[in-house]
Amino acid sequence: MSFCGQRAVKKRVSGVASCMLFGFLLVVFLFADSPSASALPAPSIKVNALPAFARKYGMPCSSCHEAWPKLSPFGQAFKDNGYQMGNDRDAPIFQQPAYWPVTFRMTTFWHRESQNRTQVDDPANPPLGQTEGKITTHGFDWSGLDFHTAGTLAKNYSFYVLPASDNTASFHFEAVWARVDNILGSSWLNIKLGKFELDNLLSEKRILTLTNVAGTYANYHFQPLVSPGNLAGPGAVTEGLYTFGLGDNQVGLEWMGHSKDDRTRVSAAVLSSKDGQPGPVTGRGYNGFFAASRAFQLGRLGLQRIGAFAYIGQAPTFFQFTQAQVGVGGTGIGNKGFYRDGLIGMWYFNKLDVTTMFFHGWDSAFLGSNTPANQPLPIGARAPTWNGGLFETHYNLNPQLILINRYELIRMSRQVFATNPENFGNEDVLTFGLRYYPFISSRAGFAYHSEYAILRQRGASPINGLNLTTSSVLLGFDFAF
Amino acid sequence: MSLMKITKSRMLGIVIFATFAFPLAASAQQGESHIGKYTGHVGTGRQLYFRYCWGCHGFRGDGNGENGPYLNILPRNFVAATYKCRSTPTGTLPTDQDLVDSLVRGLNNSNMPSWITLTDQNRADLVAFIKTFSPRWKTDKPGDVINVPAEPALTVDSIKHGKELFTKLECWKCHGAEGRGDGPSASTLTDSNDQPIRPYNFAAGSRFKCGTSNHDLYKIFMTGLDGTPMPSFADVIKPEDAWDLVHYLRTLQVTHKSPELALWMSTKEGAEIVNAQRITGTPTGSGIKQ
Repeated sequence: MSFCGQRAVKKRVSGVASCMLFGFLLVVFLFADSPSASALPAPSIKVNALPAFARKYGMPCSSCHEAWPKLSPFGQAFKDNGYQMGNDRDAPIFQQPAYWPVTFRMTTFWHRESQNRTQVDDPANPPLGQTEGKITTHGFDWSGLDFHTAGTLAKNYSFYVLPASDNTASFHFEAVWARVDNILGSSWLNIKLGKFELDNLLSEKRILTLTNVAGTYANYHFQPLVSPGNLAGPGAVTEGLYTFGLGDNQVGLEWMGHSKDDRTRVSAAVLSSKDGQPGPVTGRGYNGFFAASRAFQLGRLGLQRIGAFAYIGQAPTFFQFTQAQVGVGGTGIGNKGFYRDGLIGMWYFNKLDVTTMFFHGWDSAFLGSNTPANQPLPIGARAPTWNGGLFETHYNLNPQLILINRYELIRMSRQVFATNPENFGNEDVLTFGLRYYPFISSRAGFAYHSEYAILRQRGASPINGLNLTTSSVLLGFDFAF
Repeated sequence: MSLMKITKSRMLGIVIFATFAFPLAASAQQGESHIGKYTGHVGTGRQLYFRYCWGCHGFRGDGNGENGPYLNILPRNFVAATYKCRSTPTGTLPTDQDLVDSLVRGLNNSNMPSWITLTDQNRADLVAFIKTFSPRWKTDKPGDVINVPAEPALTVDSIKHGKELFTKLECWKCHGAEGRGDGPSASTLTDSNDQPIRPYNFAAGSRFKCGTSNHDLYKIFMTGLDGTPMPSFADVIKPEDAWDLVHYLRTLQVTHKSPELALWMSTKEGAEIVNAQRITGTPTGSGIKQ
């Protein structure tokens, strides 16, 4: 194709994207209602895409990303190989001495957040009376900052350090790890130590959606509610001891292996039971995460992948020691178990791809009812279980434009208390959006991002136990350099 | 008269058929690729090219992508259609399989990575598209695949004979006496783009530009690396001599374990030579082979 042809295609695509953006905005504002204004949090974006690698290797973003930050199979293999192409040019000694693998990413945007039943002060019963009110707010904003630095220290020694901030520039370490790659020359032997994202096939750090509602996967972070109007449970002392998200970066040691072509991937990790928090914040337990997947070619349709994962964990339920009524970090005991497992499929039909996931969760009755293990369980308390599903569809018209749709559902199969309504805590999340990349280069990335997401939680309103609906709209510029 | 008419109409038919059929036949070479059971198509290949390849190889396939100026080994110019890694004689086009092999393998010590993660179909499609950049694919056919005879048994004599050939054929002028790519001519060499090019350093690695096996090494000096100063030796040495040279060249890879190196090290002469070439016991811990 001639360069003029390319420009013509770009022009057409640009026109199509503009029409879609306009249509999307129209739909958004048809759905939107905006009676009042208050304050809901700005989206927290922690995602990975590193133009530093594109600059190092001189390859366009689209080589490693189907649409950044979502990885392509080539990008996944590059990551699995310790950020190495394997052509004996990966070590920093082959770069200009001034090269420093640094990337920052931020998003500036307009957003609208709405929740139909938020806990607020009740003007009819001051000063302590509480009630529920609908809050809707909108305005211009910016995200937190991700400051990635990653790459190779030498051949087969890779690292990743990600200081990340919220939108007030309050920093923490989102990821910190070093990895010894291809030990004994085998791609099946890679050891990583530090704080890292679990080897989730569906990476939350590479999620394509950015709103408060859909910036994370609901299935990855779901924890069952205790009972209507009493969401935290009777054991307030345990609140915060058990916080877990499969999408949260965890701290530990991971073994990962893969075939040369990355069709087969397996990993196992031993992790501190503290949901990625620094220091001895809770207890001294250890968890395990296991994942395996296999890709196969299906005619002209593309590379399909299926996989399974399981997280087996434990969490403390009370502190052995307290000081001024506050638990002493690292002395959490009375560990009780929980697990998450699931199956995942990534199906490609040329430009259309669909990710499907089945998710299952189980919590100990103590964790489910927030009861310290040195106290008797509340009468009738049971171990809650639930199932979840995810359907995420992308239409990758070309490297510059991707349409996104996702539906997640979570269904309780056993409530903590039999007296709870059967559907108490069930969740549905619907998201759709598009990202348009006006240029694809090996130096930087920029995307027009449009998204609408809505979440419904059954019986989850904080006081009355009614359905809670939260929606979010985000239109913005997502950029990385 | 009627006979003349029939003849004329037949002639017209032939002309019309030839007008449409021959270009179709010629362009079939350029419009598709055939690798095993996979048939590559230009349309899909174009999409893949503009996702993965254009940054280095350029919109026109001429190797002038936006990263071209920053790469010290220039990306392949598909318009020139001169390819290093072939199974065909020097000066001829490679086979579709040769191009796919380069995609799977990548080109060591360059920015061209391995595309092993793509599907077989993707690679076939890419090859089909890459061939549209050069008119050579319209006019020429790929050369015949050279015959690679079975590898003879490895012996000390074959290594020694290979060593003699290395001197006799003046391989050392470019590759250096120890195969480190530092021969007296090395600094003067340029490729077909007039870019400086360094001869292969055997001591530094195990992978060659066009493969890893003895079979690949045999092919390299029987086909030559077109576009580089590395010529074809097909008309210069016999196949059995070529295998002896293969066996010797393997012993120059002093940091790579191989049967040839092990056998050579078992002789007094070989052990002395290899030990003199090796840099061992350094306290740097560096994985970079000097």
